[in-house]
Amino acid sequence: MADPLLARVRWAATSWRLAAAMWMRAALSYRTSFVLTSLGSLAITGLDFVVLVLMLRHTGRLGGWTLPEIGLLYGTSGFSLGVADLLIGSVDGLGERIRSGALDVLLIRPAPALSMVCAERFTLRRLARPLQALLVLGWSISALSLQWSWGRVLVLLALLVSGTVIFASIFVAGAAVQFWWDESREFQNAFTYGGASLLSHPPGIYARKLIAGVTFGIPLAFVNWLPLLYLLGRPDPLGLPPVFGLTSPLAAALSALGAALAWRAGLRAYRGTGS
Amino acid sequence: MKASAGLYLAIARGGFRRYSTYRVATLAGAFTNTVFGFILAATFLALWRAKPGLGGYDTGQAVTYIWVSQALLVTVAAWGGGFQDDIQARFRTGDIAVDLYRPVDFLGWWLAAELGRAAFQLLTRGIAPLAVGVLAGQAVLPHSVLTWPVFLLSVLLAVLVSFGLRFLVSVAAFWLHDAEGLRALMLVVSMFMSGMLLPLTLFPEGLRQAAQALPWSAIIQVPCDVFLERYGDRPLTGRVLGELGFQLLWAVLLLAAGQLAQALATRKVVVQGG
Repeated sequence: MADPLLARVRWAATSWRLAAAMWMRAALSYRTSFVLTSLGSLAITGLDFVVLVLMLRHTGRLGGWTLPEIGLLYGTSGFSLGVADLLIGSVDGLGERIRSGALDVLLIRPAPALSMVCAERFTLRRLARPLQALLVLGWSISALSLQWSWGRVLVLLALLVSGTVIFASIFVAGAAVQFWWDESREFQNAFTYGGASLLSHPPGIYARKLIAGVTFGIPLAFVNWLPLLYLLGRPDPLGLPPVFGLTSPLAAALSALGAALAWRAGLRAYRGTGS
Repeated sequence: MKASAGLYLAIARGGFRRYSTYRVATLAGAFTNTVFGFILAATFLALWRAKPGLGGYDTGQAVTYIWVSQALLVTVAAWGGGFQDDIQARFRTGDIAVDLYRPVDFLGWWLAAELGRAAFQLLTRGIAPLAVGVLAGQAVLPHSVLTWPVFLLSVLLAVLVSFGLRFLVSVAAFWLHDAEGLRALMLVVSMFMSGMLLPLTLFPEGLRQAAQALPWSAIIQVPCDVFLERYGDRPLTGRVLGELGFQLLWAVLLLAAGQLAQALATRKVVVQGG
C-alpha cells in the first residue's frame, strides 16, 4: 500500500508543478502589472507590521509582549500562511469553478483535481508575504537575546513546517465546504487571514474561550502560539503544560488527515453542472 | 446623453438586487467581518488598557471604532472591488468600447450600480457585525438620535469618494491596458491612509496631517468619527459640518476628474478606431 500512495503523492506534486509553471508564464505576459502587483503585495503585507510598530510606539508593550517578541508571532504566522497561500491558496476559488462548470473540465484531465485546483492562477507574487514575514522573523530573532540550541532551532523549524501544513489544511477543508455551499469562500478567510491576524498578537489579550477554541477546535494555536510560548519560556494562558509546544507536528498531521477526508467527501458528493 | 433619474434608479436597484442573490456569500462575508471585529477589538482593548485616551479616543470609542470600520469596510470598498471587477472583466473582453457608446453616461452608469451595491452591503455586512459588537457589549451606539442621519450622509459621501478614486484607477486601464498593478498599489494606500488599520490620530506627526488631508481619510476615518460623536453629541456643530464638507469637496473633485478622464479615454478609443 505504501508504494502506490507514494507514487500518487509524487504524481500529484508533478501535476501541480506543471500547472503552476503554466500559470506563471501567463501572469508574466503582463509584465508591468506583475511587478506592480508584486510590490503591492509586499507593501500590503508589510502594513500589518507597520501598524504593530505604530501601536507599540505608544505603549512599548502589547499584552505584556515587546515588539521583537510580537515580531516572532507575526513572522511565524505570516510565513506559515504565506507559504500555504503561495502553494495552494488558489484552492479557495473552487466555488467559482463549480458555478461556471470549469471544475468538470479539470475532472476529466488525467491529473489529480486537487493539484489542478491548487495550482490554478499560481503566481510568484504571493512570495511577497512569506518573504516579508521572514524579514520580520530574522529581525526579531536578532533583537531578542535567546539562547539558541539545536533543540530550539528544531522547534522553530518544526513550527514553520507544521504551521504551513495547518494553514494549508484549513485552505483545503474550507474549499471542500464549497462542494456543498459554493459561495462560502469568505468563511475560510475568517480562519486563514483572520487566523494569521489572531496569531500575530499575544494569546493573553484574547478571551479564554477563544484561546480554547483555537487550541482544541481549529488547531490554530499549534501554528505558533504554543511552540513560541515554549521557546520564550512563557506560561500558557490556558495553563497547558509546556510539552504542548512540541506537539505542533502531530496537530499538523491530524489537520492534513482531516482536510484530506473533507476533500474526498466533497469530491464524492459533487455531481457536476451537466455543462 | 440625457438619461432620466428613473433609469439611474433602475440601474441602482439592479446593483442592489444582484448582490442580494449571493446569500451565502453575504452571510460568509458578514461572519468574516465579525471575526475580524473580535480579533482587532481585543488588540485595541489591550492597547487602550495600557494607555487610556490614546489618540484622543476613550476605550469605548476605540473598540467601537473597530466595529464601525469593519461595518464600513465592504460598503465603501476600502479593499477595492465592486464595479472595478466588472469594468476589469469588460476590458478583457473588449466590451468596454461598447459601454462608451451607450446613451447613458459611462460614469453615471457605474456610479448608480455602485450605489445600489453599497446600499445592499450596508444593510447586510454593515449592520450584522455592528449588531454583534453591540450585543457583545463592546460597541457603543451614538447618544444623539440625530447622529444617525448625519452618519448615513457621511457614509454616502464616503462611497462617492471611494467610487471617484476607484473610477480613476479603472479608467487608467485605457492607457495602461491592465489596471491591476495600479489597483494593487491603490489598495495599499487606501487601507493605510483611510484609517482602516489604525485611527489616523495614532500616526506620527507629519504622516498624520498628510493622511488627514488626503481623500482616503474621507472613506473610513471621517464616518467613524461622526458615528463616535468625537465632535460632541450635538451632530450639527461646525466641526461635523466641516468634516462633511471635506468629504463633499473630495467627492466633487474626484468625480469631476473622473468625467475628464472619461472624456479623454473616449477620444482615445475613437482614434484607435473602436
